[in-house]
Amino acid sequence: MSIDLRAGSPPARVPFYNDPKVRSIAYQVALCAVIGFLVWGAASNAIDNLRKANIASGFGFWEQTAGFDISQSMISYTNQSTYGRAFWVGLLNTLLVAAIGIVFATIIGFIVGIARLSKNWLVNKAASGYVEIIRNIPLLLQLLFWYNAVLKALPDLRDSVKIPGGAFLNNRGLFMPEPVAQSGFQFVLIALAAGIIGSIVYYRWAKKRQDKTGQQAPVFLVSLGLIVGVPLAVFFAAGLPLTFSYPEAGRFNMSGGIEVLPEFAALLFGLSIYTAAFIAEVVRAGIRAVSHGQTEASYSLGLRSPPTLRLIVVPQAMRVIIPPLTSQYLNLTKNSTLAVAIGYPDLVQIFTGTVLNQTGQAVEVVAITMAVYLTISLTTSLFMNIYNSRIALVER
Amino acid sequence: MARDKRDAEEHCACPLRGILATHKSGAFTTHEWGCPMKKIASIIALAVVFGATSASAQTLKTVKDRGILNCGSNGSLAGFGLPDAQGKWAGLDVDFCRAVAAAVFGDDKKVKFVPLSAKDRFTALQSGEVDVLARNTTWTSSRDSQLGLNFVGVNYYDGQGFMVRTALKVKSALELGDASVCVQQGTTTELNLADYFRANKMKLKTVTFATSNEALKAYDTGRCDAYTTDASGLYSERLRVANAAEHIVLPEIISKEPLGPAVRHGDDQWFDVAKWTLNAMINAEELGITSANVAEMAKSDNPDIKRLLGTEGNFGEQLGLPKDWAFNIIKLVGNYGESFDRNVGSGSPLKIDRGLNKLWSKGGLQYAPPVR
Ligand SMILES: N[C@@H](CCC(=O)N[C@@H](CS)C(=O)NCC(=O)O)C(=O)O
Repeated sequence: MSIDLRAGSPPARVPFYNDPKVRSIAYQVALCAVIGFLVWGAASNAIDNLRKANIASGFGFWEQTAGFDISQSMISYTNQSTYGRAFWVGLLNTLLVAAIGIVFATIIGFIVGIARLSKNWLVNKAASGYVEIIRNIPLLLQLLFWYNAVLKALPDLRDSVKIPGGAFLNNRGLFMPEPVAQSGFQFVLIALAAGIIGSIVYYRWAKKRQDKTGQQAPVFLVSLGLIVGVPLAVFFAAGLPLTFSYPEAGRFNMSGGIEVLPEFAALLFGLSIYTAAFIAEVVRAGIRAVSHGQTEASYSLGLRSPPTLRLIVVPQAMRVIIPPLTSQYLNLTKNSTLAVAIGYPDLVQIFTGTVLNQTGQAVEVVAITMAVYLTISLTTSLFMNIYNSRIALVER
Repeated sequence: MARDKRDAEEHCACPLRGILATHKSGAFTTHEWGCPMKKIASIIALAVVFGATSASAQTLKTVKDRGILNCGSNGSLAGFGLPDAQGKWAGLDVDFCRAVAAAVFGDDKKVKFVPLSAKDRFTALQSGEVDVLARNTTWTSSRDSQLGLNFVGVNYYDGQGFMVRTALKVKSALELGDASVCVQQGTTTELNLADYFRANKMKLKTVTFATSNEALKAYDTGRCDAYTTDASGLYSERLRVANAAEHIVLPEIISKEPLGPAVRHGDDQWFDVAKWTLNAMINAEELGITSANVAEMAKSDNPDIKRLLGTEGNFGEQLGLPKDWAFNIIKLVGNYGESFDRNVGSGSPLKIDRGLNKLWSKGGLQYAPPVR
């Protein structure tokens, strides 16, 4: 219609400043300029004020000697290392507890969530009890409980609990034998890699064949054989190329072996158990969201209960589960900052705790820390979004 | 003040000056308002912890206007800073803040105590949350030069020590190689600890906690073999473990810990007030003026006493304080020796020997410049 109306007269020449496109770009540019300007003004003002107050500013501290010790470190670190290195130690400790915590919380959460839907009265009530109790007690209290209750219950070094296989448990932590690879062990690793690749190839082939012919293949058994059996055979063939370094008690502490600090264990338990309660609810809601008709339809096609759950219900439930699950993962990571209450050296404890205090550079240290948590959160979200979009409903 | 203002004009790189034609320098009274842009920027900067530190140049006036002194103190260290069951604060550092309030307001109760952990204390002072920090804080060069603090003096000469369980049968800190040690973060303590073990080629497992409560509790439950902090703190914290008799303090003192109150850098007037409050307490002890006899002493003919108590000269006014500033300090809080005895010395449960903290004239280190 509108085209018809204009057709008679020559096209009106809109001056460029009235062109909506140009205008909107101009507004965007102006807004960016104002924001940039404000940020610049704030930064230069802060620097100015800091200098007047004789407070150090800038990032020169990164290269200075830290001077303090850290109880747990995945990279080599001594009190002669720099503040920058202390930062990486803290970051890795945060990532370690978050990553393992996410795995544990997911496993416990799925088990409890499914258990809450169980028809078995005892299982059902136990799962509900777990969720209600854990979800309603502040995490900080739970951490303090794990740390203090567990610590108090553990024996002294001299009365360490001996765990069969050469491990020890006492109030300094859990000490386990550390496997030390001998020459020849690389063949086992090669066999393992080959086994994993082999089973992926086999799985693909089996799936294609099933799509075409409907014939099922024993994927699980074959993969097990490839991933576990083959490397094990190579291990024996190579003459058991693995020894263990066992922890030994000294005057004050145990040395050698792998050490799990009580602070780490308490934080890991606390975070996993707490977050699992929320994940259980997410899982329950997700499964409930799949209409019962789907299950009935599956049964009427002759599928039994386990494959119905695995092939029909869970894949559909995942679409509902993934977004809230992501935010539980983010919560767990952010909650790991409560480490500070029980002496676990995470990023916040080391960096915004000791480093901030020793250097006095609050602005820089807090800004870096915020940037780090933002990056971790955005990265986690990104991966979960990619996964979500892959399993999302594809409308045909 | 005048200098300050000129300074501010120079620093005020106000980017909008040309655009905001109405703006003329001097149109606003203080430099904080000197540039509207800076005002906005300053608020934003405050959101990232602080930035409004430029307002700190007039602490004395701010405190007087507010009518109360904000004092950053230890909240859990008997002898230095600790509220009792009724919420009444006591301690050597607490007394210092009460003395500042007595000097400024003539009333030692006009203090709000803010309990601070070791790691948060400097940020609290820098950001203006407290006017003075009196929290068993060690005077070091980097705290002076990097943290924007000015130390007022030393109200307790201390050093770092260790506490261990007697059952360990350890007689010296040099036997602690490979031990686990519980320590509080954000302190000189954790740095000295690392230094000492490295210097003596001993292995160390540090377990670091945010507060001394947590560190001490972990030590008490057996997580660590030793607990380390300032010797004064050890006296006080030994009384808090489950069974004090099962713990001993080792003889080694591994560092110098001159503990003193601090104020923000950049406010010389307030610095002077705090510094001379401490000096007045020490001078009072030296001159034999106590809270009990101060009214009597005000009639003395001794010129030193007359100057201190304000019956001669105008030394109080020179500091921006009332004439009877020191009189009020001594009357309401007492001299340094009284405060020491009451809080950490013979009159307290800690029973710490005056040691280095005796007056210089008695063989100690406490020495204050004269009021004149
Ligand atoms: N003087 C040292 C250490 C001060 C310090 O924090 N000491 C501990 C132990 S005496 C303390 O006051 N803890 C009490 C608390 O954090 O509540 C410093 O300035 O860094």
